[in-house]
Amino acid sequence: MVLPGTNIDLFGEIRIRTIKSLLFVLLCLPAAWMLFELLAGRLVEPVEELTHGSGEWALRILLATLAITPLRKLTGWHKLIRLRRMLGLFAFAYMVMHFSVYLVLDQYFYWPEIVADLTERTYIIAGFTCLVLCLPLAATSTDGMMRRLGGRNWKRLHRLVYPAAIAAVLHFIWLVKADLVEPAIYGAILVLLLGWRVRESGQRRTHKPKTRSTPIMGQG
Amino acid sequence: MLIRTKPDLTENDVTPPALYRQRRRFIQSGFALAAGALVPGLDAAAATLEVKKFVGLGTSRYSTDEEMTDIEAITNYNNFYEFGLDKDSPAKLAQEMKTRPWQIVVDGECTKPMTLDIEDVLADFAMEERIYRLRCVEAWSMVVPWVGFPLSALLKKVEPTMNAKYVEFHTLHDPDQMPGQRRGLFGYVLDWPYTEGLRIDEAMNPLTILSTGLYGEVLPNQNGAPIRLVVPWKYGFKSIKSIVTIKLVEKQPVNTWQQQAPNEYGFYANVNPQVDHPRWSQARERRIGEMLRRDTLPFNGYAEQVASLYNGMDPKQLY
Repeated sequence: MVLPGTNIDLFGEIRIRTIKSLLFVLLCLPAAWMLFELLAGRLVEPVEELTHGSGEWALRILLATLAITPLRKLTGWHKLIRLRRMLGLFAFAYMVMHFSVYLVLDQYFYWPEIVADLTERTYIIAGFTCLVLCLPLAATSTDGMMRRLGGRNWKRLHRLVYPAAIAAVLHFIWLVKADLVEPAIYGAILVLLLGWRVRESGQRRTHKPKTRSTPIMGQG
Repeated sequence: MLIRTKPDLTENDVTPPALYRQRRRFIQSGFALAAGALVPGLDAAAATLEVKKFVGLGTSRYSTDEEMTDIEAITNYNNFYEFGLDKDSPAKLAQEMKTRPWQIVVDGECTKPMTLDIEDVLADFAMEERIYRLRCVEAWSMVVPWVGFPLSALLKKVEPTMNAKYVEFHTLHDPDQMPGQRRGLFGYVLDWPYTEGLRIDEAMNPLTILSTGLYGEVLPNQNGAPIRLVVPWKYGFKSIKSIVTIKLVEKQPVNTWQQQAPNEYGFYANVNPQVDHPRWSQARERRIGEMLRRDTLPFNGYAEQVASLYNGMDPKQLY
């Protein structure tokens, strides 16, 4: 329903705001649950459980972030874009938690081993690469930074999320001992999400867009 | 748990004869200070409580006096892929595993091959407590008060021949009981049955035990009931669980993890802080229950007893 005299879609507006609020609460739950289990003394190996928990949630949310654009295209509901920044920032927050657990609880700033990990161990290099790639994205996530960079540059910069996601999945694949099922599922989802984009851009190139040539901001 | 699921059985049905016998031995031997509580036939509840307990356990000079890991952790943080890949899966999924009747076939290069019933094993071998450090290849560790007896005592019974250069072990293969052995999305997680091996001198070393219990009680299913190997100077995956076959062989067996990833897991798998796993450091470990890592010791602190077994060998080959 569009409000008379405006172009505000009232129901859509209510819907997206409700979804966003609910999503916010939902995305806090894993961290809250881990904290609760930790404080309740229910974790046999707290360091491992916090590491795995935060890492897996970071990956899940990162993939959810990448699902927004395809979903938006497929459903035609463009307001979904308004969830993307929050999802991305939550993914980043869980990554930071993941890295902090490693740095503080796991290694306790034991630099010789941290340096060895970051230089010799492929899966840790992959994980750290993901975090580093996401740093500028988190830093430029505000409206102000978006304006300052300009849509085109901002978009170009934020394409770093693709290598970041690939690094994240590799990080997972390379660390498991025997069971590839779980990382392979995430890998398959990522392949789908990236594959869809490749196909889209291929189509855009072959069938020249009829109306505008500059993509609207937030696409990608 | 054997007892609580079948409350209508008589005590004769539920108490392993071995424990009766042990108990008798214990009471006869004159230590019967607290024996009142241990005499069978008091009341059912008391019987239920004590039936899983070993009595009259010997102690061992090989035991460490380090602080033992909490039993909750030992029984809820398990790598037992037959019952799932998560550390807490075995505690949930292994409860239904039937550990009675249970037979162990001991054969191969020996003059007296035999099939042992677990009850006879419990009856015939003098059980003692061995408090050992356990170091997992994943860089965590525990201190576990095992109950068991030297593997050498069993091997001597079957009289190994000169051809017996190695010992090969197999875990039970029963996908009906062991969900982790079933075919998954990408086939099998490991090539079942789980197989391990030791060189004969490693197997005969007094540190090497077959364990039937921990914390003075019958081994919980998730820890490898009813009988498992414990080789404290090697990474935990060598200490194979729920054993059904012990075979004396001439050729070096290919153990499951070596077969799975030969560049990461070898046959020897001696704990060595100098030789990193290709993907992570082995220099330090986290003792379960502690926050900060501690240094890993060569041979997991058992160098004095076992280092000489590897004289002249390149430690880099012993991962």
